[in-house]
Parts: sequence; structure tokens; C-alpha cells
Amino acid sequence: MAKDYLDVQKNITPYDGKSFGTMVPGPFQRFLRKCLIWQFIRFIVINLKMLMVVAKSHH
Amino acid sequence: MARIVVLGAGVSGHTAATFAKHWLGKDHEVVVVSPNSKWNWIPSNIWVGVGEMTPEDVVFELAPVYEKAGIDFRQAKAVSIHPEGKQDSEKPYVTIEYTDPNKQGQTEEVEYDYLINATGPKLNFAATPGLGPEEGNSLSVCTYGHAAEANTYFQEAIEKMKKGEKQKFLIGTGHGMCTCQGAAFEYIFNIEHELRKAGVRDKAEIKWISNEQFLGDFGVAGVHIKWGGHIVSSKVLAESLFVERGVDWITGAHVKEVQKGKLTYELLDGTEGEEEFDFSMLIPPFTGVGLKAYDKEGNDITDKVFMPNGFMKVDADYTPKPFEEWKASDWPKYYQNPDYKNMFAVGIAFAPPHPISKPAKSVNGTPITPAPPRTGMPSGIIGKTVAQTITEVIQGKYSLDEVPEKGHHASMAEMGAACVASAGKGLLDGSAVALTVYPVVPDYEKYPGTGRDPEYTFGEVGLAGHWIKHILHHLFMWKAQLKPGWTLIPE
Repeated sequence: MAKDYLDVQKNITPYDGKSFGTMVPGPFQRFLRKCLIWQFIRFIVINLKMLMVVAKSHH
Repeated sequence: MARIVVLGAGVSGHTAATFAKHWLGKDHEVVVVSPNSKWNWIPSNIWVGVGEMTPEDVVFELAPVYEKAGIDFRQAKAVSIHPEGKQDSEKPYVTIEYTDPNKQGQTEEVEYDYLINATGPKLNFAATPGLGPEEGNSLSVCTYGHAAEANTYFQEAIEKMKKGEKQKFLIGTGHGMCTCQGAAFEYIFNIEHELRKAGVRDKAEIKWISNEQFLGDFGVAGVHIKWGGHIVSSKVLAESLFVERGVDWITGAHVKEVQKGKLTYELLDGTEGEEEFDFSMLIPPFTGVGLKAYDKEGNDITDKVFMPNGFMKVDADYTPKPFEEWKASDWPKYYQNPDYKNMFAVGIAFAPPHPISKPAKSVNGTPITPAPPRTGMPSGIIGKTVAQTITEVIQGKYSLDEVPEKGHHASMAEMGAACVASAGKGLLDGSAVALTVYPVVPDYEKYPGTGRDPEYTFGEVGLAGHWIKHILHHLFMWKAQLKPGWTLIPE
């Protein structure tokens, strides 16, 4: 895991005014983005949320 | 029998025309005038631009679809509007010029009872010297043809990298007043994904250049979303993606000139710079398509009907005022022209009252402000809403003068939008940012601080959004071809 955390920092440059001031996803967050079970659940949730926005947008 | 004439067959015009015909049936006439013979699902042009789809995957011929629906289709461009008719006739009409190869160049007067202006934008490449694929030195993904051409150059760049050559990719906006940053944002991450897939990412330098004051502005003053128990700015989300994927960025930039392999730009602080590139895709600024308007005597009334940027005036508050005084109520609700009540403008064709992002100028006085986006979901909803209003006027439920009290409304300050920006196309190796924003135009009185309702404004990155992007492509291609159940698919 420690090596993974070193890897996610590879594009950060100290005091560059850009990359040093933001966040980057860690290994677990990256895993979740690709995890089929978790993403299937999120697929349902995002669809429902989008439908709510669509419904709220028609007057 | 009433006749509705729709100028344009993009997302908004096509939606308006098809729903109007669906609701009015054979008793009334719907005429569509569009210079293009094909309908294009523009969001998927991004995948054409990296070779993951062909132009044929994102278009279909309009004529057979309209014939089946009973819509009169004329492949022509609108030239002028005559809302008062002419000296010997009170009937308003539009002058069109055919682009149909069988009638190329012929002109015709098409009378109307109700006019829906849905012409979309003119891609104003001429605003920046050297911008654009036709006469300039940069590429575009704004049309399926442009996207296919961009892919040709992209594949050549990949081949060069496979032979060990380094390539620099510069993606973003080609002028200080551009909109559609979202399309460029999606394209840059598709480029990055495809380069990794081709095993040549280490040979590529990828850079973003845009007129946004901050990364993640997207022309909508950014978006604050609920994330991990916090309300987080899209600036953080966007910067995180750029850093994660090793993409550098320049913001607050007005591109001054694009030369072969090099562009010059001016920043908000007045400094100037230049960037070299091997491959550059830059979105152009938009203007109206150049429609003219004439009164009964033939006098030019274009200034009365259109704003100086060429977009049609509707029921918005166009009084110039500073950002601090902008209100949600400035934005139009009914899209009805104030002088000619039977004229409406939808999608990109209506003139917004002002930008959504806070205006900015460089210290040299150059305006560098994203123009407000009016594409995608808002375009579809506005087109359908106007069709619904006109249908009810024709059915006698209320008059055109009563539209502001009884008509259907679709203000962008009361409407949300769902956006999905993909990276890659594979069902298991792709990814996407899925985002909803409500309302599109921030309402700082109702939602002090961010201007948005946190219950309906969210976003996340992952495969799920990517699957939604795939589904949206097939759903909207199905819907636009009026295949069974098309009316059930929401805009």
C-alpha cells in the first residue's frame, strides 16, 4: 500500500502553484472506481439522481 | 390548419419539431428547414475524434425520419425572417436557400404561423487568426466531419510515438469568449486514455489551455458538489483529475493566433506566452448564424430581432448590469420574442442575458470570459417546452399574449443538467465523470454561496458514469429516430 501511495504522488511537484495544491485519489479510491460491484450500485444511484434532476427540470 | 416552421434540426430544433408534430397530428403542419441532411448526436463526436466510433455511428439521415413522422423537411439554410410579411401580404415568412443537391442555390419563401428559431451557432473560427481545421492550423470536434479529421491526425501522432518520436497535444478553447469547455475537457481525457491504451503515454506531453478563470469553471461558474461529507468545488475535482493523469494546464487564456505548430496567447494578468504543439484541438467561439430580419417595407430590423452577437432576443432581461446584480430572473422562461409573439428561439439560438461565469478582462482590456453553454439537456428541454406552449396556443387553450402567464416555462435558472464526460470507450477499462447540476444558472438568492441546490448537484468518477454515457448514446440515437417508445425517453 505504501508503494501505491508513493505512486499516486508522482505527478505532484512541490510549490508549482498547481499540482501541489490539489488532491489526488489514493489506491482504495482508484480501486472503487473500477470495482464492478460498487460501480453497479453507483450506476443505479446515479441514474436515480439524474432522473430526479430531469423530473425537477420540466415545468 | 396552422403551420410551425422550425429553423434548424439539432437537439433543440429536432426535439421541438418532432414533439409538435406528435401532439398536433395531421391537422397542422410542421416544416423543418435545415442545411444539413443528417442529424448528429454531437456528444459522441468525442469518440469519433479518437477513432472509437465512426461518423456513421453518430448520425442518421433526417429525410426518411421526417417523412415517416409527416414533417415537411427542406434541406436549406434560412437567410432572412420577415415577421410582418410584405407589402401585399400580412403573412410572415422566412426566405430559405436550398443546400439540397437537387435544388442547390434555389431560394424560396416559406410562410409560417409560428416560428421556432433553432439554428444553433456559427462556428466562428475567423475570430482568431489561424484557428480551425479548414483554413487554420488547429483541429475541432464540433462536427462529425471535424472529429473524423481530428482522428486522422491523432492516429498519425500515435504512429509517430510508436516509432519513438515525442508529441505535444494542446487541447482547449481557441478564443477568450468561447463556450463548450466541457467538450474539450472530455476530449483531452479521451486523448490521454487512448495514448495509455496504445502504450505511448510516456512519449506524450498533454496540456490544457482555456479561457476559464479557474480549472473546472466550464462556463457555468463552476459547480460545488457534495463529496465525502464536504461541499467541494469543481476546481478541486478538475485539478485532481489533471494531476492524477499528468496533464498540465493554462487557464484565463485568450488565444491570439494559431500558427502551424505554435500558438500565442494573452493571460488575465496581461502577460503573453506561446505554446508549441504537434496536435491541437481548440473549440471556436460561437456567434449567431447571421440571419437577417426585415419589416413589411423591407427595412432591415435585424438589430430589433437579434442581439449584436447574432442570437435572437427573447423574454430575458438584457439590461446591462454588473455581476453582483445578476439575478436568476434575468434568464428567459418562455423563449418568446418580445416584439413578434409568434417567434421563439431555442437552444443556442436564443440570446442569453449575460454570461454565467463572472466576466473578466485582462489588464490590457481583452475580455476573457466563458460564454454560457446552452447545449445538451437544457437544449432538449427548452425545445420540448416551446413546442408544448405553441401546441396549446394552436389548440386554443390560451393566446400568444397569454404565454407569459399560462405557457410552459423552462428557465435555465429553474432547470438542472446531467453531464457525463467519458475517458475511453471500453465497458471495463473506461471511466467517466458523471455530474448533475441544479440549477444550471446559479441562483445566489435561493442558494447563497454556491448558487446551487446541494441535494441535486453531485458528481463522481468511475465506471458507472461511463456506462451511462454508453446508454445515453444509444437512447438518444433511438429517440431522435422516433423509434418505438421515443416519447418516453426524457430529454
